[in-house]
Amino acid sequence: MSTHDATTAPPAAGEANYLNCSHGFRSWFFTLDHKRIGVMYLASILSFFLLGGILALLIRTELLTPTRTLMSADDYNKVFTLHGAIMIFLFIIPGIPAALGNFVLPLMLGAKDVALPRLNLASYHLYLVGALIAVLSIVQGGVDAGWTFYAPYSTTTNTAVVTLTFGVFVLGFSSVFTGLNFIVTMHKMRPAGMGWFDMPLMLWALYATSIIQVLATPILGITMVLLIVERVMGIGIFDPALGGDPVLYQHFFWFYSHPAVYIMILPAMGIISEVVSVFSRKHIFGYRAIAYSSIAIAAFSFLVWGHHMFTSGQSELMNMIFSALTFSVSIPSAVKMFNWLSTMYKGSIRFDTPMIYALSFMFLFGIGGLTGLFLGSLATDVHLHDTYFVVAHFHYVMFGGTVIAFLAGLHYWWPKMFGRMYDEKWGRISAIIISVGFNITFFTQFVMGSQGMPRRYYAYVDKFEPYHVISSLGSYLMAAGFFMTAWYLVKSLYRGRPAPANPWGGGSLEWQAASPPVMHNFTDEPVGGDPYDYSNQAYDPALGGYVLRKTEVSDR
Amino acid sequence: MILSGLVNTLSVRGAGVPFLATGDGTFWLPVRASEAAGTVDNLFYFIFWISLFFFTLLMALLAIFAVRYRRRREGEEPEPSPSHNLAVEVVWTAIPVLLVAAIFWFGFQAYVDMSTPPLDAYQIQVTGQKWKWTFTYPNGYVDELLHVPADRPVQLVMTSQDVIHSLSIPAFRIKRDLVPGRYSKAWFTAVRPGDYDLYCAEYCGTQHSSMLSTVKVLPPEEFDAWLREHSDILSGLTPVEGGERVYNVLGCKQCHTLDGAAGVGPTFRNLFGSERSFKGGGRALADENYVRNSVLDPQSQVVQGFEPVMPTFKGRIKDQEITALIAFLKSLSEHAPREEAPAAVGP
Amino acid sequence: MSTAHEGRDEHADPHLQHHFGSMAQQYDSGKFGMWLFLVTEVLLFGGLFCAYAVYRANHPEIFAYAHQFLDKTLGGLNTLVLIVSSLTMAMAVRCAQLGQQRRLKQMLAATLLCACVFLGVKGVEYEHKWKHGLLWGTRYAPQGETAAPAAAGTQVETTAAAAAAPADGGTTLPHAATGPEGLADRPQAGHGDAAHGGHGPAGPAPRNVHLFFGIYFVMTGLHGIHVLAGMIAIVWLLRRSASGEFGPGYFAPVDFVGLYWHLVDLIWIFLFPLLYLIH
Repeated sequence: MSTHDATTAPPAAGEANYLNCSHGFRSWFFTLDHKRIGVMYLASILSFFLLGGILALLIRTELLTPTRTLMSADDYNKVFTLHGAIMIFLFIIPGIPAALGNFVLPLMLGAKDVALPRLNLASYHLYLVGALIAVLSIVQGGVDAGWTFYAPYSTTTNTAVVTLTFGVFVLGFSSVFTGLNFIVTMHKMRPAGMGWFDMPLMLWALYATSIIQVLATPILGITMVLLIVERVMGIGIFDPALGGDPVLYQHFFWFYSHPAVYIMILPAMGIISEVVSVFSRKHIFGYRAIAYSSIAIAAFSFLVWGHHMFTSGQSELMNMIFSALTFSVSIPSAVKMFNWLSTMYKGSIRFDTPMIYALSFMFLFGIGGLTGLFLGSLATDVHLHDTYFVVAHFHYVMFGGTVIAFLAGLHYWWPKMFGRMYDEKWGRISAIIISVGFNITFFTQFVMGSQGMPRRYYAYVDKFEPYHVISSLGSYLMAAGFFMTAWYLVKSLYRGRPAPANPWGGGSLEWQAASPPVMHNFTDEPVGGDPYDYSNQAYDPALGGYVLRKTEVSDR
Repeated sequence: MILSGLVNTLSVRGAGVPFLATGDGTFWLPVRASEAAGTVDNLFYFIFWISLFFFTLLMALLAIFAVRYRRRREGEEPEPSPSHNLAVEVVWTAIPVLLVAAIFWFGFQAYVDMSTPPLDAYQIQVTGQKWKWTFTYPNGYVDELLHVPADRPVQLVMTSQDVIHSLSIPAFRIKRDLVPGRYSKAWFTAVRPGDYDLYCAEYCGTQHSSMLSTVKVLPPEEFDAWLREHSDILSGLTPVEGGERVYNVLGCKQCHTLDGAAGVGPTFRNLFGSERSFKGGGRALADENYVRNSVLDPQSQVVQGFEPVMPTFKGRIKDQEITALIAFLKSLSEHAPREEAPAAVGP
Repeated sequence: MSTAHEGRDEHADPHLQHHFGSMAQQYDSGKFGMWLFLVTEVLLFGGLFCAYAVYRANHPEIFAYAHQFLDKTLGGLNTLVLIVSSLTMAMAVRCAQLGQQRRLKQMLAATLLCACVFLGVKGVEYEHKWKHGLLWGTRYAPQGETAAPAAAGTQVETTAAAAAAPADGGTTLPHAATGPEGLADRPQAGHGDAAHGGHGPAGPAPRNVHLFFGIYFVMTGLHGIHVLAGMIAIVWLLRRSASGEFGPGYFAPVDFVGLYWHLVDLIWIFLFPLLYLIH
């Protein structure tokens, strides 16, 4: 490792960086720079999040009354199908890895780019193509099969199923290529001296995620192919009238879609590990446990898909095995929670927006994870399956978990990505509004569900109306929080205070690059070390951020 | 067991504020109307209280740490403290393992009980289709509501006519998918007379949320009486109307048309009073006795040009119903003698 | 691994991408990436193999009956052709490593030729099936000399609604294929013995035979698409090698396409016995 004069400031904002070093559509759309690709992904996924969110508001508004409020039953079915498909395939699966991971991964490795930049660009282009094809299904009249496309309904309904599933198929490639790229990068482009256990936990998280992406997504691919072939050619594989088995579809589908939820949560957990440590100024507790648990979660995630099918007619033996394995996957997640909490113990905690989101994550993911116990247990699952209890559970883990962590990461790396600080006061207010609104929206759904309210219901019996009204009001509050967030973040791009290289005191290598980084990432070779050792940093009030202390050649 | 009793009491009392007049259910769960519901609920609350305990503990620590260890001035660094502790980490892994193992075990046990019907369960056939339920009782009676006797195991044998549906009775805590092309089963013992909601719980298209029915639990004697009464499909109908009902409900119409076209079996049009020629020789006049014989022993006289595939209805059809059927056949035939229509059949 | 390049200034190598420290790192990364991609391909086909396994386990009679409509000779020929193409591809990689430009182009061309033969033979097989109505789902409607005669009571399942004789475990199998014509030219005489090679008795075909053909077409069709993609990649290599771009210092693209090609071959080596050589 080289010495570094800590008092030399990195290039000031406004000098040539990756954002302003070249201009024009082509310089962005055909870039090979991982940072620009990350930013393009960010813009795209946030656009689809907006679309998916509007659909969610439509759903909640329709459900304000027990019968028709805004739309017909058919339209409602199409709205919830599209909401699910967009949120899952266009937002949350690419989400953290593509938008944030692409940006920070090479920086965290002190590298100039990912291993396969052209593949990275291809991944983004495929994402756009797949997304546009998927959204094209709206123009064709929509799809009403649910995002899970269960046969034989999906193979017989007269809606644009083929278009949407083909879009999903294409998106699968995008996901595989991202994962593939990350794995190769982490294996081949770690700097000398950075062993596996010297990497920040965000990278472990992305690594575990990438393994799942590479191994599970092809199964989604073949499932979509079979569905399309069934509809177009009528091969009969899922059609009981032709000797096929509709439940086989469910096995195929969930074999991908269960690991997929860990694609969603693992990177989120990676972000939380970073944020909690940095904002407590304390070494992450249980580094190895967190690293191993990420891999364990990835491995176990492939073994539990049948817990989505407990009432499908699967044998009791299969049900028992899946239930037991499902519980085993809960343990590593619980361990992480304890580790984060222990990181805060005797720390020095500052409640910047990323940390508020991280705390909110622990609250919301705690609930989401614990409610998974009810669903993993066979006898209770029979009662709760296909009710709003499940809807609440997955929104708590996917939204209260992944989206909240995504927001934490977005706020954490925003200064790095755009060289601007956002308004901290509005950041905190929005975080709280979103978290409170979220709980109002979804906690009521647990109660509704355990009382028997089934999911995917356009109309419902009167006794559930109060719950639905409360839930919908919560959703409006949450939406307000999101619009506020969008507003102050966009505003920061024009009016935000220029960001120092290391506003939060992060110890991983991206904080040694400028904010925003130059095109090739680092002007000086970054100094390695334990990413969670903050003792070599000092706060510089003039800068408004942290700098490395003057130091000898550091020994590792 | 002490544990389940304790849990039971705590849950009913602790969380037992009836919410928004949902009847006798608790805040979280509907009324317990089946034998299994008690076990399921105990498990639910077992998980609930464990979850609540640990969640409260974790959040309390979160709040305490957030306050106690908040940074008081900029640039403050914390005291060094260990970043791992094997003993603590082992303990906080082992305890959850034990707890979830227990949860798994109880869940599995209860589930096995819920999946193992007694041999003498009262079987009702269930057919799901877009978008209604049909329940067929052992005596062939078909209804759109599910009437069951209390305190007697009932087994539902179910299939779908089209896409996957799922029968859900929250008050009984049961749920099971109906898959086309195969049979699935669920069983329960209802313990509390009353009416309970029955939902379709697997999305099946436009009217998925209207695919509802009601479970009506009747005390055993009342159930028997109800079934007797309602199986009398002739009730309130004239003989001809009653006969037409028999034609529809007992399945004659699968094979016998009313319009003169031959189906699997001969048409009913102009059948009564006509001359019948049989396979293997022999002829007969299609009178009342002929009709009765055809229904109860169809293989004995098969009309020429048709296959011997008609099943017997012995045990499945009542004498009154045969009489009504005869009246119906007469109404369809120009060979039949004209008669005065008698008063409506039976009670 | 890459051949010796010590002493050369690597930053002068036009192929070295800016984010890599050395050609060795670049080569390793690319190779690892290609292996990972092959893993995803294995999983993609793995799903189909699973579907195959499930249906074969549940309906062995369908597979035992229907596979006889496949021509083992043509299938075997195709297997040989692909194995040869793998050989020529491997030799192409070697040529690139050694800088043997002319041989490299010849080997690539040979591989391409083998691939064309493979697809051609598949085309012949597909055409035969099409002609005889041996297709998937509701399109399954065997005709001509391949149809079991209706007089013997066999029912061809065209739709589920058709009442059919129950599957009888395949004990009354029709006569096995002797050539590209599928089921024998000999008429079904309705004689007894059901052994392979004997005169096929007529007897009911199992229900839902079309399931086999559905699986056959999807699996071989997807494989064929991969062969086509490989051919496109080989053409791309041919174009690049026209200017002598590949040599001891840079042969990675040839190497990686070679890996892909070997996998395409390997998948066929599994497909062939599973579809053609069922006992």
